[in-house]
Formats: sequence, C-alpha cells, structure tokens
Amino acid sequence: MQTTTSDRLTVRAEEDVVKVRQATRSLAQKTGLNLVDQTKVVTAASELARNTLVYGGGGEVLIEAISDGMRSGVRLTFEDKGPGIADIELAMKDGFTSGTGLGLGLSGAKRLANEFRIESRLGEGTTVVITKWKG
Amino acid sequence: MADPTGVTVSTISRLPKLLKIHEAQILKVWMDEQLASLSRRAGLIGDAELRAQSKNFLSEFHKATQSGSLEDISGPQWASAKALLADICRSRAEQGFTPMETASFVLSVRGPLMDRLQQEYGNDAAGLAAEMRSSNLLLDKLALYTAEVALQNRETIIKRQQEEMLELSTPVVRLFPGVLALPLIGTLDSARTQIVMENLLQKIVETEATIAILDITGVATVDTLVAQHLLKTVAAARLMGADCIISGIRPQIAQTIVHLGVELQNVATKATLADALFLALQRNGFSVQRLAKESAGAK
Repeated sequence: MQTTTSDRLTVRAEEDVVKVRQATRSLAQKTGLNLVDQTKVVTAASELARNTLVYGGGGEVLIEAISDGMRSGVRLTFEDKGPGIADIELAMKDGFTSGTGLGLGLSGAKRLANEFRIESRLGEGTTVVITKWKG
Repeated sequence: MADPTGVTVSTISRLPKLLKIHEAQILKVWMDEQLASLSRRAGLIGDAELRAQSKNFLSEFHKATQSGSLEDISGPQWASAKALLADICRSRAEQGFTPMETASFVLSVRGPLMDRLQQEYGNDAAGLAAEMRSSNLLLDKLALYTAEVALQNRETIIKRQQEEMLELSTPVVRLFPGVLALPLIGTLDSARTQIVMENLLQKIVETEATIAILDITGVATVDTLVAQHLLKTVAAARLMGADCIISGIRPQIAQTIVHLGVELQNVATKATLADALFLALQRNGFSVQRLAKESAGAK
C-alpha cells in the first residue's frame, strides 16, 4: 500500500466538519472517483468527522490518496482521544445513538465505504478508518 | 572604549540615546527607504500619513526603550507603542495592505537604526554585536506582534462575513396560492437550519399555505444530520397543517441516502422542483393544460 498524498486536519468545531468534507471531495475528485462514489465518501467523511467532534470531543482526520498497485483510492482516518465506545457492536446498530442523532452515522458510513475499521478503548479514544476505492 | 568595570560589553543599551539625538535623521532615512520600496503600491497610502505614522512610531519606540525593557514587549512600558501599531494595522487593513506588508513597516526601520548603531559604536565590535542582537530581537517581536494583530483583524472580518451569510436569509418564496418553496443552499448546519425552519413556519402561517416544497438542489452533502433537520422541518410543518415535498434529489444523493439507511418513506420526494410543483398543484386540485392554439391566439 502506497500513500501518494496526505493531509491532516483538526476537528474542533462545526466549521471543521465542512473543511473535512471539502478536503475529501477535492481529493476524491483528484483520485478520479465517479460522482456517486465522491458523494458517498464525502457523506461518510461528514458523518465520521461529526462523530469525532460530538462524541470524541474533537480530534484529527488524516486524508490520504492511496494506491495498492492495482487501484487507487481515498483513505480517511478519524482519531479522537474521547471517552471511547463501550459496546462497538451496539454502536454499529442502525438506529442506536447515545446522543440525539438518527443513529445511522456509523453504520451508514460503513455501508458507504468499501473498507471500514473501528478501534476503540474506553477512556482512551476511538479510531475509525475507511477506504473508498476507485471503480 | 574602555569600561571602568572592566566589562567590555556594555549591558546598557545606547538605543534610547541614539533615538533621542538622531530622531530627525533616522526618520528621514527611514522615510526615504519606505517611499522607495512602497513606490509600487504608492496609491495605498499618502506620504503625509506614512510620515505621521513613522514619526509617531519612532517617538513611542523611543519612550518604550527608555524604560529599559528591551527584551519583553508584554509589559506596560510597551502598551502605547503597541496600541499605535494596532491602530496602524487597522488603517492599513482598510487600505488593502497584506499582513506581511504591514509587518514590514516595523522591520523597515531596522536599516536606518543599524546604520546609526554602527556609527555610534565605531570599532567596538563586541558592543555593536550585542546591541544589534538585542535590537534585532526587539524589532522581530514588534513585527510579529504587528503581523498577529493584522491577522486577527482579518479573522474578525471573516467571522463577521460568516455571520452575515447566516443572515443571508434563505428566502421562502410563494410559487402558487397555497404553495411555498424553500430553496436550500450550501451547508445545512444547525445554526442556519434553525433560522430556515423558523422562516418557513412563519411563512406558512402568514400565507395559509398547505404545501411547502423543500428544494435541496443546492445542498452539496446530505448526511444524517441534514436528513434529520429536513425530517424535523417536515414534522413541524405538518403540525401546522402543511405537507412538505422534498425536491432536488440528485441521483448520487438518492444512492447515498439509501446507503445511509435514512427513511424518507413518509415524505413525498421528487427529483426536480418542477415535478414537486406539479404534485403540489395536483394535490390542491389544479391541473395544468396547454391551451389550444386557436383559443390562445384568439384575435
């Protein structure tokens, strides 16, 4: 796996979620994702960046253009040092929320991406990595 | 120059003394240099104003250095010099200078000052080096302070513009008796959506509308938060007796909504605003017909 470009953004306020969306969209366009895939990855980025902000208390997003020799894509890594998720299985369930949202952000982001990985430790924080491949 | 204590490097700065004796000369050289370098942007600031600013700065700079604190500009001795710089920043921002150009105002005094120091110290290289070092550090700090104020001014302007954009009220337009449309644009974040929703509900009361069309053609990303805001607006409108139609759902948005798992089953949705208007008219008992040529063009 090879990273061609990478960009790190901090998420501290609602405006930063907009920045994450814009950076993701511009990289997805550069990578050559089609319009539907662009929209999907941008929407997933929006969900996860907001989770980082609202549930993680802010954090960082790493936006990378990657290639594995055969294909190219966009990989997003969301990291926070928040309270962590006690029950990941429950958190991934449609309609479950510990806040006031629709409870579809995390599971929706998984469905919108090609690859999805979540790691969380109570009291230490949460990391979510998604990848959207071209084509 | 021998020092009675045997210390060759004097720790007492001669800067205040120089500034006092040679103020007029330093100002003249500084002005000449500034005018030469500003020549390309001469239109931005008048000579008289630049002279007044330079003269005031030199005099405040002199007063502050007299206090003896050349390392730290956060003390009260520097308050009035900093206030002057902040003032200059404000007026320069309005005149169209960049933060860098504004900061270089402070840095440009370095040349004339260093020339003076060199003449003053003559062959005392160690003394000159120490004095130059401390003066340079001081000017750097003042320049950084100026750049920071200039940037803060810009940020204030940007903040104000953001707030103005919030106020750029998304207008609720009347398409037909009983039919309202709300063209949504840009980012639907909490603050804006609240205003949008209040506007719509108010207009529903005022116009006794029975159908409101929420058009999301101009919304770049429809995530679960946007969907939630839309659903809340639909529910609130329904409580007031108006049905909502969501229009402007582009193909990529439709696919994304499906993957997200957002249920829009209880809301009428259409691809375009035109389709939504047709549906609204239908629901209100109207139909649209093309007039026959003869009757339309009757003489």
